[in-house]
Amino acid sequence: MTMIPQTPLLRVEGLTHYYGSRLGCRDVSFDLYPGEVLGIVGESGSGKSTLLSCLSARQDPSSGRVLYQSRHDGEIDLYRVSEPRRRLLMRTEWGIVHQNPRDGLRMTVSAGANIGERLMAVGARHYGDIRDQAIDWLGRVEISDDRTDDLPRTFSGGMQQRLQIARNLVTQPRLIFMDEPTGGLDVSVQARLLDLLRGLVSSLGLSVIIVTHDLAVARLLAHRLMVMKEGQVVETGLTDQVLDDPHHPYTQLLVSSVLQV
Amino acid sequence: MTNQTNAPRPAVSVRDLEKTFVLHTQGGARLPVFAGLTLDVFPGECVALHGPSGAGKSTLLRSLYANYKPGSGQVLVRHGDSTVDMVSATPHQILAVRRHTMGYVSQFLRVIPRVSTLDIVAEPLITLGTAPEEARARARALLTRLRIAERLWSLAPATFSGGEQQRVNIARGFSVPYPVLLLDEPTASLDAANRATVLELITEAKQRGAAVIGIFHDADARAAVADRLFDVLPVPSQAA
Ligand SMILES: Nc1ncnc2c1ncn2[C@@H]1O[C@H](COP(=O)(O)OP(=O)(O)OP(=O)(O)O)[C@@H](O)[C@H]1O
Ligand SMILES: Nc1ncnc2c1ncn2[C@@H]1O[C@H](COP(=O)(O)OP(=O)(O)OP(=O)(O)O)[C@@H](O)[C@H]1O
Ligand SMILES: [Mg+2]
Ligand SMILES: [Mg+2]
Repeated sequence: MTMIPQTPLLRVEGLTHYYGSRLGCRDVSFDLYPGEVLGIVGESGSGKSTLLSCLSARQDPSSGRVLYQSRHDGEIDLYRVSEPRRRLLMRTEWGIVHQNPRDGLRMTVSAGANIGERLMAVGARHYGDIRDQAIDWLGRVEISDDRTDDLPRTFSGGMQQRLQIARNLVTQPRLIFMDEPTGGLDVSVQARLLDLLRGLVSSLGLSVIIVTHDLAVARLLAHRLMVMKEGQVVETGLTDQVLDDPHHPYTQLLVSSVLQV
Repeated sequence: MTNQTNAPRPAVSVRDLEKTFVLHTQGGARLPVFAGLTLDVFPGECVALHGPSGAGKSTLLRSLYANYKPGSGQVLVRHGDSTVDMVSATPHQILAVRRHTMGYVSQFLRVIPRVSTLDIVAEPLITLGTAPEEARARARALLTRLRIAERLWSLAPATFSGGEQQRVNIARGFSVPYPVLLLDEPTASLDAANRATVLELITEAKQRGAAVIGIFHDADARAAVADRLFDVLPVPSQAA
C-alpha cells in the first residue's frame, strides 16, 4: 500500500475582513487539498459570502494570506501578485458559481456564446472547435444542443444554473467557489443539480469551496465542514463528525433544528 | 527505539479513551459514556463489544472510526507502514484511513439519494482506484451472495426493506478487503440464511487477517464469530 503525500492546493492563514468597522470575517485559517470539497455553513450574516469573496480574489482582505498552488508557477500569494496575474489565475484555474445565475452569466448572449467566450478568454480561436466544446458542455450539464443559440433568459432557473456551471467548467479549472448554488431552486430541480455537481466533482477531481445553508447539501457534497458564527469559525471537522457529534452550542442548535440530515 | 520481537502488533490499539457528550441545547447536560477505556485488537481476531443498551457500544465503534470525537485518549490504527491516531489525526489523514484501512458497517444504511445499489456497493473500490468494471463485478458477487434480487441492483435503496438495506450496507462494507472492520449489529433484522452468510463473510475476513470489532445483539451470532468479549460498562452518571 502506498500513500502519496499531497500538498494543499490552497492554504489560508488568518484571513480577516472588516467593512469599515463592521466585522465581515475574522481569523479564518485552513488548508484545502486537491479533490477536496469544503462546505461552509452558518447563520445569515455570519460572514460566509465575505469569506468566499476574500478567498476567490474578489475582495481584498483587511489582513491574512491566501496561498494557492498554481499549475505551473508554484505557490502564489494571492494578494501580493499583480492584479493582471490574479485575473489570469481566476480565468484559467478557478471558477465561481454564484447563487444568482444572472451574476455569473451574460444574459444578452446565447447559451453557446456564454460557454464559448470563456474559451476565447483563455486563448481559443478556432470557431468550430469552440462551438463543438460548447455543445459538448451543454450536453454534460443536460441541456440539449437545440438550445445552444437561445438566450439564457429563456431558460428555467435550474437550466440557468447548469449553464453557469458549464461556463465555469469548460476551461478545466482546478478550484471552484460556489455560494448557495442550489438556493432559490425547487426541491426536484435542486436534486438534479446536486447529482450533476456530485458527478462532476468526482469525475474531474475538482476542489470545491461551497457555501450552503442546507445541511443535506453539505452532507452530500462536502468532505469537510466549517461552521461560522459572527464572522468566526466556531467548529470544523469532517462533515460526518460535525453533523453527528457537534460540539459547539451553535452547531448543536443548527443540527437539532433540522429533521434529519 | 523499535521493538524487534515477533510478538504480534495490534491492528487497533485504544488507549485511555474518554467520551462525554455535552448537550448545550439541554442546559449543558453532561453525559459521560466511557473513560479510561483501553483495548488491543489483533489481526485475524474478532472482538465483540458487550454491554447493556445505552452502555456506549455504538459510541465506541463510532469513536474508533472518528465519526464521534473522543474528549481524550488515543485510537492507534496501523495504516500501511504508519500508525495513525484517529483522535488527533487531521481530516485528511482520517479519510485516508477510512479509504484504505478501516471499514465501518453502521446499523442503518445512510442512502445516497438516487444512486443505484450497484454503485453504492462498488464505490469504495472505485475510490481506491479499482477499474469500475472490476469493482462492479465484485459488487455483483457480494449482492448475489447476500441474496439481493438482481432486479433491485439498478435501483436506489431508499425504498428497500430494512433487511435489504442492511444487506446492501454489508455488501458495501465488505467490498474492500479492509485490514480493520467495525460492525454495528450486522446481523440484526436479517433472516437465518442471510445471517449465516454475514457470519461467513466475517469468518473469511478474519482468515485473511482482518481485525474485526463488532456488536452482536444475537448471542448465537456472537458465539459463532467472536474470539473474545470486551465489556462496555455504563458509567454511573455523577451528580454535577
Ligand atoms: N458590502 C458590504 N458593506 C458593508 N457590510 C457588509 C457588506 N457585505 C456584507 N456586510 C456585512 O458583513 C457581515 C457578513 O456578511 P456576509 O454577506 O458575509 O454574510 P453571509 O454569512 O454570507 O450571510 P447570508 O447567509 O445571509 O448570505 C454582515 O454583518 C453584513 O451585513
Ligand atoms: N450523537 C450523540 N449525541 C448525544 N448523545 C449520544 C449520541 N450518541 C449516543 N449518545 C448517548 O450515548 C449513550 C450510549 O449510546 P450508544 O448508542 O453508544 O449505546 P449502545 O451501547 O450502542 O446501545 P444499544 O445496544 O441500545 O445500541 C446513550 O446514552 C446515548 O443517548
Ligand atoms: Mg451570503
Ligand atoms: Mg448501539
